Amino acid sequence: METGTWKVKTGLAQMLKGGVIMDVVNPEHAKIAEDAGACAVMALERVPADIRKDGGVARMSDPAIIESIMKAVSIPVMAKCRIGHFVEAQALEALGIDYIDESEVLTPADESHHIWKQNFKVPFVCGCRDLAEALRRIGEGAAMIRTKGEAGTGNIVEAVRHMRAVMDGIRRLVNTPQEELMTVAKEMGAPFEQVSEIHKTGQLPVVNFAAGGVATPADAALMMQLGADGVFVGSGIFKSKNPALMAKAIVRATTHYQDAKVIVEVSKNLGEAMRGLDIKQIPEDELLATRGW
Amino acid sequence: MRIGVIAAQGAFVEHINLLRRLEVEAFPVRLPRELEKIDGLIIPGGESTSISQLMAEYCLSERVRALAREGLPVFGTCAGMIMLANDISDGEKVEPLGLMNIKVRRNAFGRQVDSFESDLTIPALGEKPFPGVFIRAPLIEQVKSGEVLARLGDGTIVAARQGQFLASSFHPELTDDPRFHRFFLDIVEGCD
Repeated sequence: METGTWKVKTGLAQMLKGGVIMDVVNPEHAKIAEDAGACAVMALERVPADIRKDGGVARMSDPAIIESIMKAVSIPVMAKCRIGHFVEAQALEALGIDYIDESEVLTPADESHHIWKQNFKVPFVCGCRDLAEALRRIGEGAAMIRTKGEAGTGNIVEAVRHMRAVMDGIRRLVNTPQEELMTVAKEMGAPFEQVSEIHKTGQLPVVNFAAGGVATPADAALMMQLGADGVFVGSGIFKSKNPALMAKAIVRATTHYQDAKVIVEVSKNLGEAMRGLDIKQIPEDELLATRGW
Repeated sequence: MRIGVIAAQGAFVEHINLLRRLEVEAFPVRLPRELEKIDGLIIPGGESTSISQLMAEYCLSERVRALAREGLPVFGTCAGMIMLANDISDGEKVEPLGLMNIKVRRNAFGRQVDSFESDLTIPALGEKPFPGVFIRAPLIEQVKSGEVLARLGDGTIVAARQGQFLASSFHPELTDDPRFHRFFLDIVEGCD
């Protein structure tokens, strides 16, 4: 009997596919998410929109809050640690969390190095802006990938940019002749083995979710049609007028992402979605997606 | 032979890919009309709370129960096994189909850090051990009718069959070993 294998790490992400992972800050939110059909929750002290507003250093959440959320629901519970902060990750693993998000939403602890994730039994999900970044994280041991998008904005434009960049990267590698792969890997700054594998299979070796800006059922379905395996919703649910209704609607839109009739039905009378931010209005040093490399 | 795979949420693509490798026509099922003219149905792994809700709301549960009464073979893995059971020991959050007379327990081995791989002896599949992949897996506390197909070393029941219904705690669709799916396809063929 072997625990912490690559198969069970990537396998849990496979079980989350076609589902919605919701940010929650307390047990009540977690129950609303579970009742709406979320396939997992992300336990946090503050949703990204509030982290963005409050400024300062954002760290791993209080373990007591995370624990209370773990007790409240039977679905998997994820939690975030800072980029490069392997001790926060060790703490989350000891807590028995189901997945760790090494996240740019928190203030990075290391500007040069991400966590070496291979040594952990608990699986990691990491953000990316393009294929090369995704492959670097997978090389370090990430068992699941998500787009970074621009968290806490309620603006889908960055998630779309990142998802298209990942998909475009895959298509390019498939069409690159074998003898050029080493040079391409060098130029991309991605591990050759990963580059070579994608050239052969035409797909990422791990599950890839969309994140960072999803605020409506149509946003979720858009990301699914662009090739996401599932969707993270951060501030989009609990910053909307009617979280329970919005949560249910986004779950249904993610399952029936190709069915415009279902999208229409679930989008009716949801009340106000979260207030969005224009990315161009955000000062460059406040952008979260540029954290990590 | 046409096999539908419930695509409410979870690892349905893995089942479809494995079936297609066996040259079986397989496709995702999200709405009741997609259940017409199928010879067998698979309910995949995923989150049972999510799958159960989406199946009930879009009237899949009702239709699957009716088709099962008429003899449709159904195979459930992990969350799919929970959906097949008629008794769940901590099941207030899941509304199962109740097709199999078994009692199951969700997340029975602990959290993700306790997820594991273990080779299984499954006499129905031959002598070669079967690669068992258990992810936040449920177990079968009791098989009230039908037969036990597989146990862990400590005796825990992890797969069962009752007539045209088949259930496993583990994920044959995450392995390259097609024997469990072939076993199901044999059941489907026997039902023609």
